[in-house]
Amino acid sequence: MKRIDAINDFVVKFANVNGSGSASANELFARSILRMGVPVSPRNIFPSNIQGLPTWYEVRVNETGYQGRRGGVDLAVAMNPQTWAQDVKEIEAGGYLFYDNSKPLPKSKFRDDVNAIGMPLTEICNATYSDPRQRQLFKNIIYVGALSGLMEIDPNEIEKLFSEQYKGKEALLQSNVKALRLGREYAQQHLAPIGLRVRRASNVGNKIFVDGNSATALGAVYGGATVCAWYPITPSSSLAEAFIRHCQKYRVDPATGKARYAIIQGEDELASIGIAIGAGWNGARAFTCTSGPGISLMQEFIGLAYFAEIPVVIMDVQRGGPSTGMPTRTQQSDLLSCAYASHGDTKHVLLFPEDPTECFEFAAQGFDLADRLQTPVFLMTDLDIGMNTRLCDPLQWDDKRAHDRGKVMTREELEAGKEFGRYLDVDGDGIPFRTLPGTHPSRGAYFTRGTTKDRYARYSEAGPDYVDNMQRLARKFDTAKTLVPKPLLRPADKPARFGAIYYGSTSAPMNEALDVLAARGIHVNALRVRGFPFPDEIADFVASHPWVFVIEQNRDAQLKTLLVNEAKVNPSRLLSVLHYDGTPITARFIVDQISQHAAARTVVPLKKAVS
Amino acid sequence: MTYIAKPKLHHPTLAKNTVGYTRRDYEGTVSTLCAGCGHDSISAAIVQACWELDIEPHRVAKLSGIGCSSKTPTYFLGNSHGFNSVHGRMPSVLTGANLANRDLIYMGVSGDGDSASIGLGQFAHSMRRGINMVYIVENNGVYGLTKGQFSATADRGSKSKRGIANTDEPLDMIGMALLLGATFVARSFSGDKKQLVPLVKAAVRHRGAAFIDIISPCVAFNNHSGSTKSYDYVREHNEAVNRLDFIEEKSEITADYAPGEVIDVAQHDGSVVRLRKLTPEYDPTDRIKVMNYLQERAAAGEVVTGLLYVQPGAADLHDHLNTVETPLNRLSERELCPGSVALERINAALR
Repeated sequence: MKRIDAINDFVVKFANVNGSGSASANELFARSILRMGVPVSPRNIFPSNIQGLPTWYEVRVNETGYQGRRGGVDLAVAMNPQTWAQDVKEIEAGGYLFYDNSKPLPKSKFRDDVNAIGMPLTEICNATYSDPRQRQLFKNIIYVGALSGLMEIDPNEIEKLFSEQYKGKEALLQSNVKALRLGREYAQQHLAPIGLRVRRASNVGNKIFVDGNSATALGAVYGGATVCAWYPITPSSSLAEAFIRHCQKYRVDPATGKARYAIIQGEDELASIGIAIGAGWNGARAFTCTSGPGISLMQEFIGLAYFAEIPVVIMDVQRGGPSTGMPTRTQQSDLLSCAYASHGDTKHVLLFPEDPTECFEFAAQGFDLADRLQTPVFLMTDLDIGMNTRLCDPLQWDDKRAHDRGKVMTREELEAGKEFGRYLDVDGDGIPFRTLPGTHPSRGAYFTRGTTKDRYARYSEAGPDYVDNMQRLARKFDTAKTLVPKPLLRPADKPARFGAIYYGSTSAPMNEALDVLAARGIHVNALRVRGFPFPDEIADFVASHPWVFVIEQNRDAQLKTLLVNEAKVNPSRLLSVLHYDGTPITARFIVDQISQHAAARTVVPLKKAVS
Repeated sequence: MTYIAKPKLHHPTLAKNTVGYTRRDYEGTVSTLCAGCGHDSISAAIVQACWELDIEPHRVAKLSGIGCSSKTPTYFLGNSHGFNSVHGRMPSVLTGANLANRDLIYMGVSGDGDSASIGLGQFAHSMRRGINMVYIVENNGVYGLTKGQFSATADRGSKSKRGIANTDEPLDMIGMALLLGATFVARSFSGDKKQLVPLVKAAVRHRGAAFIDIISPCVAFNNHSGSTKSYDYVREHNEAVNRLDFIEEKSEITADYAPGEVIDVAQHDGSVVRLRKLTPEYDPTDRIKVMNYLQERAAAGEVVTGLLYVQPGAADLHDHLNTVETPLNRLSERELCPGSVALERINAALR
């Protein structure tokens, strides 16, 4: 039988039942490979459920450092009888199936072209442990031990991880080490090594392994956020919970033990955004984090913040929509509902981080932008970035960097007689000055409202006042164009007729796809969009290519719609590559799609074609 | 409404309070509400209360939702920042504002449509959290700005202007506030300034969620016979359980009162709410008894007013969250940003 032989380049997929303690064992497996200097990118594929339903953990091992989901499975660790058939089916021909053979399974359950490796896990556990919970938990560690034996993973790295994790908890440490060795020794004595092997490398460098939600929350801490209001929703809950953790560690006054932050779990998303807006109005840096359904609920308030010009940051960890959609699957399908959130003419600033490193940077920058522009700023991450641990560049902070609090008129300026008009465009950039409540006894107070007003914040339904204000808001949005992160160009090595535009979590598979395409002779200049409103470079990029692929993870080509609407690019040049089944887009998918389009659009000289 | 703006010039003999402001300094722009609207009397009571309390006007933030009542913050405290937010959502905006700066006084003004219908959830949760604020509901049982639909506080059987009786059970905001943990609960009547001004003063000085339900007749749509929120009806059925004197500092109970006739409730800041009992057995610090009493009297058709419940020594949301004394909006970057050295340690732990 064919056997896949691969060193440092394969996909292992664990099939488990959720609530069985498998998550930490599977992560241990991934981390141990990382400690051997080999990049990994794990992904949790989980149901909207707490206990008893199928869950998967897919680990891509790739020495080059490709982080995108590859597609296909080389080794399935099938621990869930419920999904056996599906898990076996997914294995590539010549791949491996690791399973528990404590109970014999009929031959029909297996595939002829897959190498089955049975190990009596339940039997070993039952013989070793008497407590049912221990039997369950250590079964996971035992299979990690066995895999380490089969795949030549250095057991010392795993034991080191244990000793870091269970520092000061000697009993736990010992029992885990014991289970690990039990599995490893069994595999070494009874099973033959497989063709998938991990070999020590040095491609991890100083990179860090972190999930996007934790990094975003840390960015909020560094960005000076003091008020967070949120309502639990997958996949953003872990962002707020990470913010709580970070604040408990970094935001407690050492002298008094008191909190330099306030976090409220709201009664719903409306209250959460309302609290954030109230705090922003009153001069605190505030945010809420949510996902698509929350964005839908917040629409009215977002319009208020836009029209009354109140800084607020909204972190949207996108999931599959519409409606409840696919709560535990990923998509980039909230672009339009965020870009144009609320009734009336509204437009909002969006940021598109590609990975946890940019989640950190853009979260912190989001607060500067919100204060500078006095408007809601959306951080558009997604489940794939937010809830999966990713190997990425270390987080950086320049201590010389100051928070940009924007145009806030001080008591001294008011006292000195500086003219204050809340909606007066004094600098020509569309951004007026604001004052904070309680600043001056007799100057600078104004009434904030969602109704139309004149430049001095006085209620007015006069057409010219309304138009004047709306035009200023449009000017302000033009200013935003110059402040959001610029797109990044990845030029092809050779002159290219094709361009590609992509953003967010598509970045990892895109980087890989571009390499594969180049190797096949398809050269593509790629531009990663990082902010909206679109800086001028984006329209220029489209104009300089006959065809530009726009790669997105939604059905309706939402970024393309925005590009046509807002960057005024020629829609006939844009070719959509759309992936929206809830799984992260893969390099294979991108390569296939672009190859097909490219073939159809590559003009072969007639002479060549007929000869 | 009046079209004549009052002159800005102050009469030199106008009395100033200890912070140097006359009563006129607490006014806002001219009201655009209907002549005789109860809400204007409430605005006047707020003006009077703030002047008497020697509050600097700019240290107050006034917030509201949408509706006639929510328009009123324009008509008082013209030197305070105001925020006319979205319908039914004043409580969340106020909560956020309060979190950002604990040093200001927060006055939330809402109506029965704003708080009892669309904003019932936010009303409830702001009471639960104990936000330090005065929450006033200007309650007229009707949607005024949309011309006369019943609101959720309209009594069952109360008739609309067209003579149609309301068939829904009314929402009891006082009962809800008590159940949900408000630490200061009062009901008053816009037509009773003597009762209202000291109540507002006491509410401002109370730390925690202070809720005042003020029955405030709508002269345009709900002041006819058959309405239970008309001036006449409320005057006839008003049963005050106590009269309140607000005292800046605790002083000896003078001989004017018979023993047991007066209850003193000390506030956080040293001020005292002195209640002269009108109903001898009424104890406004016993929440369970208060709830029972109010249900009984409501069943008997009375509109009980006064300071109905107060919890001495109440804690507020900042106490619950254990936030620093410095307002969060004044914390420096040094206090907020852990810096590059800490970040390097974080990076190291993620390898």
